[in-house]
This record gives sequence, structure tokens and C-alpha cells, in this order.
Amino acid sequence: MSEHDITRAEHIEYVLRLADNVLILGQRISEWCGHAPVIEEDLALSNMALDLIGQSRLLLTHAGELEGKGRDEDQLAFLRVERDFRNVTLMEVPNEDFGRTTVRNFLFSAFQVLLWDKLSASTDRALAAIAAKSLKEARYHLNHSAEWVIRLGDGTALSQQKTQAALDYLWPYSAELFADSPVDAAAAAAGIGPAWSALEAEWEALVLPVLAEATLVVPARTPFKSFGKFGRHSEHMGHLLATMQYMQRTYPGAQW
Amino acid sequence: MQKKEWPLWEVFIRSRNGLDHKHCGSVHAPDATMALQVARDVYTRRLEGVSIWVVKASDIVASDPDAKPELFDPAEDKIYRHPTFYQLPDEVNHM
Amino acid sequence: MYTQSLSIPDGEAKGPRKVENPDYLAEFNAKIDAGGFIEPKDWMPEAYRKTLIRQISQHAHSEIVGMLPEGNWITRAPSLKRKAILLAKVQDEGGHGLYLYAAAETLGVSRDELYEALLSGKAKYSSIFNYPTLNWADIGVIGWLVDGAAIMNQIPLCKCSYGPYARAMIRVCKEESFHQRQGYDLLLQMMKGTEEQREMVQDAVNRWWWPSIMMFGPHDKDSVHTDSARWGIKRISNDDLRQKFVDATVKQAEVLGVSLPDPALKWNEARGHYDFGAIDWDEFWSVVGGNGQCNVDRLAARQKAWDDGAWVREAAIAHAEKHSVRQQQAA
Repeated sequence: MSEHDITRAEHIEYVLRLADNVLILGQRISEWCGHAPVIEEDLALSNMALDLIGQSRLLLTHAGELEGKGRDEDQLAFLRVERDFRNVTLMEVPNEDFGRTTVRNFLFSAFQVLLWDKLSASTDRALAAIAAKSLKEARYHLNHSAEWVIRLGDGTALSQQKTQAALDYLWPYSAELFADSPVDAAAAAAGIGPAWSALEAEWEALVLPVLAEATLVVPARTPFKSFGKFGRHSEHMGHLLATMQYMQRTYPGAQW
Repeated sequence: MQKKEWPLWEVFIRSRNGLDHKHCGSVHAPDATMALQVARDVYTRRLEGVSIWVVKASDIVASDPDAKPELFDPAEDKIYRHPTFYQLPDEVNHM
Repeated sequence: MYTQSLSIPDGEAKGPRKVENPDYLAEFNAKIDAGGFIEPKDWMPEAYRKTLIRQISQHAHSEIVGMLPEGNWITRAPSLKRKAILLAKVQDEGGHGLYLYAAAETLGVSRDELYEALLSGKAKYSSIFNYPTLNWADIGVIGWLVDGAAIMNQIPLCKCSYGPYARAMIRVCKEESFHQRQGYDLLLQMMKGTEEQREMVQDAVNRWWWPSIMMFGPHDKDSVHTDSARWGIKRISNDDLRQKFVDATVKQAEVLGVSLPDPALKWNEARGHYDFGAIDWDEFWSVVGGNGQCNVDRLAARQKAWDDGAWVREAAIAHAEKHSVRQQQAA
């Protein structure tokens, strides 16, 4: 195994996937600021969004350096077109309500804890350093969101119903996290990072007991597929980007 | 459903090892686990702490302010408890 | 960031009734006159308690409502660095609201009561937040002028006579100076940019200057709450603070390269201060009275968050109750 097993393009794509996941989820969570169920949770969600945006800045900068064309974090965040974003679709679907936001944060944070843990041993030294820092943040996100999932699931009849609906909606999208691709195989071969499909069993071992404690029913896997990480997104993505990229698109070349 | 407010928790933070936990404010949270997390998010956004205690506000037993005279005034005239009460020769006064 | 003169009357505050006792009152007054602090369980005159509840809760409401105008730009921030800064800043406003609600609660009111007074329109908040944020430079100008004015107002409150309020304000003030500096930094960057960016900054300054000046509240001669000064809650008058703010800001505007929209603004050698033009108090009272651009939208946003969050708050309580029953059964 060596770096020769992976092309530069594949390496960049693997990093961009990591970057775009946290960028797009950070963008979604930041929508909550000022609108959460209690002010305490405004602060908690903002902390999580700040962690994710911070991670995305490091990862995008790293992707830009790997690319070597002089693109910085902002050019990658604000000037790429939808097709070039590599986040899974799960990140971009609307917040809907606190239940969906919480369940999504939980499902994704569990995945991130496993992924960052593996990535902290990456042969890509810069990536390993980002992973070591991000792992601590993801552990807190997992902890906080898991506590909430349990309270919402095993709370009132209404909260149980809403949280189950959130899980039913999100669960099919979670399959995309584990869909295989040549990029995964190459990254694994080169020791850059694990194939995401290799994390599925561990992820379920983290996620299922919490969902059970929350009295939620895990939906069966269906043939549904989403393709965000291959650049084919949902209808929601364009609107998210229209908002996020508004300033950079309206005032090309301006510094902020 | 009857409306219920989340209980109030008092928050104490140790800013670094070697120092006492110090009261810094309060938060509302449904239970102890969440109170700790809320306290972390509200009161340690700028590296203010290395350890947090939360105590349900209703569990704190406080002295009665009206009883201040009998509780605290009697200590007033025990001036011999303080090191400055004793005048020692200059050569040994650092004692 | 926070409220204007902190003394717009609103409804009667609730709290434990206390019999007014002349001995206690004398002791209380002596403590205040000696520059001491009053703590939550100490005896205090009912009017002092009510004034504090009104002032602290208005201040808290202002922080919470104040999250909305700036929050309007979080998802559209033009760089990731600015997005993170803005998010951290708006988050701080929420934190300040929490510190202040906690201080108010020590006076025997619950947060829910205070919050319901906000949502029902009974309690006021700073009318500055009823103006809209229309371009990205508004974010910088709010930091520079609105937070700048707030800091002027708040620093004296760190020494106010009510302990929990003073301590909350110390915490708030420590965090607030980042707010003003990030705003000014944002504007400096824009002024170094394109013509379009500079126009945005000037436009924002033109819209926010007078409302910022109004944040200090009515002129001293028209101010109704004189007890605040006697009780050591408000230690510097509205007009003195306003003058201090104007004097400090003129130079900052010069460095930035923007003009302040007041033809009457000029140095008065004899006074050793800047003179400035007449404030449009009709506009001020009109906005306080509910006729600002955003009064309705701001309260509606807070109401929606509260209503949408009800099932979440109830679920957490229900879970805590189930959990404690289960623990008792297990024991």
C-alpha cells in the first residue's frame, strides 16, 4: 500500500467529501441560530455549527493545497457549482423541525466519530491532524445528540411520533454513507482513510442501541438510493447554495 | 399537557486545576445530564473551565440573610485569630 | 448588545410581596449609599425589585430579539471566516440573554413568565432591533455602532448595586468588546474593497447612525425613572453616555473613511465635545410603540420558535419524569 495506489484526483475527492459533509451540515445547523426550542439549545446548536464550519475550513484548505491550483477555502465553498459538491444528500435535506435536525446530527455524528478515529492514523499527515482535532468535537456532538434522541423518542406521545417520522425520513438517506465507490477503494488502499462501507457495522453498533433506548423503530432498508457524494444532489441543494453563495456570486472578486 | 418550566440549575466552574469551583450563573435544563451539557455550551465558550458542577437550585440550602448578625458578627471581635494581631520583632516578623 | 435607556415602562412585574419596614429600608439605603451590593435574599424595597426585574428582563429580551437581525445574514455570510465570526457573535447574544434572565430570576420571577411578557408584547426590548439588516455591511455597522453604544451603556452597569446583575454584566462586557472590534474590522475590509462595497458601508452607516444615538434613550430632562440613579442601578445619565459615544465615534468614522449623516455634527471647542443635531424623538417613540419596520416580524419569529419548540420542551420534562420514576422503582 502506498500513495501510488491513489490518483491525485481521487485523493482530492475523498477530502472534498469530508469537507462538503461538514460544510453543508454546518450551513444547515446555522439556520437554527435564534430559532431553537430553548435559548440553551440555540447555543448548543451554534457550537456544533461552529465546529463543523471550522472543520470544513481546514479540509477545504487542504483540498485546495492538494489540487495546487490556488483555490482557497472560500473559492471552494462559494464558487463551485452544485455538481462539484461531494456531500452526501443526508446533509442537505432541510432541517424541518428539531426532531429531524437532532436525528440527523446523531446519525452523522456517530459516523464521524468512527471516521475521524480511523482518519487520525491517515498516511495523509495533514488530514490525520485535522481528524485528531475533529474527533473530540464529534464525540461531543454524538453525546449531545444521542441524549436528545433518547429524550425526544422516549418523551411524550407527540415527541415519539415526530422523532419516529424524522428517523423514517432520514434513514433511507443514511444508506448513501456506506455506498461503495472507486474513490473509497483507492483511499483505503493508499491508507488515506477507510472505505466508508467498512464503517457500517460499527456505525450500527453505535446507533441502534440509542435508537432502541429512544423507543424508536429502525426502518428496514429499501432500494432507495441517493447520490450526493457523486455530485447528483436533491432539489434542496440548489437552494442551499443559492443562499450560501449569494454574496460571492453577486460581487465577484470582492474581498470580505 | 400542563405547561412546566425546566428546572433551574446553579453552575459552578473550575477555571483551571488548582482552583476551586466558583459559582458563575444558572441554566434551565430538564435533568442533570442535560444541565451539564447546557452549562458547557453556555458558560465555557472561551476556555473558561476544566470542570463543571451543576446543582439543582432548589437543592441549595442557604443561610438566612436576616440571621447575618448572629451568624457572622460574633467572629468580628476574635481579632487574635489573625496573624497581624501579633507584633513581633522586626528580625522575625516574616513569621 | 442591548437595550436603550433600560427604562421604558411596561406591565407590573410579579414577585413576592414584602412588607415595607422602615428599619430595613434605612439599612438598605445605607448599603446603597456606601456603594455596597444587594444580594438576592437581602431585603429590598418592592419598587427596587420591580425596577430591576423590568430593566434586567428588558435587557435580556433585547439580547434574544437582537439575535434576529444579525442572524438574518448567517447563512449568507460572504466568507467562511466571517460566517464563523458572525455565528459566534449571535450565539454570544443568546448567551448574554441567558446570563441576564438568570440574574432576573434571582428576584423571584421565572424565565417563562418573563418570556411570556415579551411574546405578549407587554415587555419591551430595545427598539434598535426593529430596524432591518439590508446589506452585509449592516453586520459590520451593528457591531461598530450598535454594540459600541451598548458597551458605553453597559460598562457602568458592571458596578450597579444589584450583585447578580453586576456580575452578569461583567461577563457580558468581557465578551462584548470582540463584537465591536469584529464589526469595525469587517467594515475596514470592505472600505479597502470595491466602490460597491464602500457604498454598502456608507448606506449602512446612514441607516444605523440615528437609531444608534437613540439607543441611549430620552434626554435626561424627559427621563422618567430617576430612582434608578438613587439606587445605584444607573450611574451615568443618558445624555452623558450619548455624548461620550458621539465623541468616541467621530474619530472612528474618519479612520474608516465614512461620513456620519448629521450636518450639525462639529467640534465645540468651548464644550470640549462634539455638537450634534436634533434627534427625531417622534421616530423613536413610534418604533418603541410598535411601528418600526420589523416589530411584527421580530416578535412573530420569537413566537414561532417558542411554539415550534413546545413539544421538545415537554418531551424533555416528560422523559425526566419517567426516568426518575424508573429509578425509584429500581431502588
